[in-house]
Amino acid sequence: MSKYFINGIGCVSAQKTTDTATGFQDFEELTTNLVSVQKPNYREYIQPSMIRRMSIGVKMGAVASSIALKDALLETPEAIITGSGMGCLQDSEKFLRNIIDNDEQFLTPTAFIQSTHNTVGAQIALGLGCKAYNVTYVHDATSFETSMIDAMMMMMDDGEKNVLIGGVDEIGKFTFETQKLIGHVKNEDTLANGILLSESKGAVYGEGAQFFVLENKKTNNSYAKLIDVAIYNELSEGGLTKKIETFLTKNSLSVSEIDLVVLGINGDVEYDEHYKKLQNLIFKNTAQVYYKHFSGEYNTASAFGVWTACKLIKEQTIPQSLKLNTVEVTSIKNVLLYNQYRGKNHSFVLLKSC
Amino acid sequence: MEDLKLELKKNIIEILNLEDLSIEDFDDNDSLFGDGIGLDSIDALELIVMLDKDYGIRLTDPKEGKKIFESIEVMATYITEHRKK
Repeated sequence: MSKYFINGIGCVSAQKTTDTATGFQDFEELTTNLVSVQKPNYREYIQPSMIRRMSIGVKMGAVASSIALKDALLETPEAIITGSGMGCLQDSEKFLRNIIDNDEQFLTPTAFIQSTHNTVGAQIALGLGCKAYNVTYVHDATSFETSMIDAMMMMMDDGEKNVLIGGVDEIGKFTFETQKLIGHVKNEDTLANGILLSESKGAVYGEGAQFFVLENKKTNNSYAKLIDVAIYNELSEGGLTKKIETFLTKNSLSVSEIDLVVLGINGDVEYDEHYKKLQNLIFKNTAQVYYKHFSGEYNTASAFGVWTACKLIKEQTIPQSLKLNTVEVTSIKNVLLYNQYRGKNHSFVLLKSC
Repeated sequence: MEDLKLELKKNIIEILNLEDLSIEDFDDNDSLFGDGIGLDSIDALELIVMLDKDYGIRLTDPKEGKKIFESIEVMATYITEHRKK
């Protein structure tokens, strides 16, 4: 059976996660309904001649992937697999806006060329000179998880030794306004009590890029072993617990053997009930953490959850600012991540310390 | 003519997102492509659209662009002679 070790991680987020000196203790909880990333010095990672046509999403992806590869001491991966729910949204919005403003005349090529979902993966490959398998998955809130599944299958079936995987999504101003209008993003500009105590509908709209190097061998830098991933577009009421138990049984584990559960709570009073049920029932005796109060919600925010879990497993401590309950854990061995968006696109990711 | 040159420099910086350059960095006779400002073929398409949109000049032969976009000086002269708006 193939083994998948996470040997390198890179993260661009609303926190200063590109700064190695910054830890969870320095993270600041989000207080607004729109949260942009902390911009790294892009010129340290990307050739200046390439930067000017890159939108934020492409730049974030290039930086996060570069950090992950450097972390894993890998120059060129054998495959690049990216997940992005909305793709290069800013260029899509710009192109569509140009069509409207110019009455379908005078359409320029740059925004159109850069507006596709696979621009990030393509630019990473161009930067690395990597001509290997390069695919982008666009599956809403399970885009990143789908890229993980593909990477695992490639390593199992085709024997790839390493794969660069990642999730990227950027803020689009028009999309933000539209999502606010339809209640998918919180209407109030500021959150007085954080997402955990929020009583309003909608999430905090964010952006970010997280990349990981998966390899078939353990190294001195290994963060965790990726054991399994499962995704479900829809689950019936009551079906969630059953699916989690089946998922764990498939991996020869029981609920009591999970040391830490990482939940994608995003402060949407309408849909956080999915997490609350797990918190109060099957995982009531398990240490629980959340992370979207530091990242915001975006289609690939669960990749920030995986990044968080990798750090926790490696550091073997759980900072107070992530904790959802008071259950203490002496050793973080088996970690289950659960995420969903608006009651759909449920995902389970199982990690193990190594 | 001087106003047009200034306008062209400003628009080129904005449209082509040349964030490292300012108007002062452009010499009127600097080559816009290659070793000069360093524009490429995608930029040329953007400039063709700019000519059409801002000055009503429609280039029927894209090869014409090579000559017209040689420098700010050449561009400004061509626009002055051919502009329809």
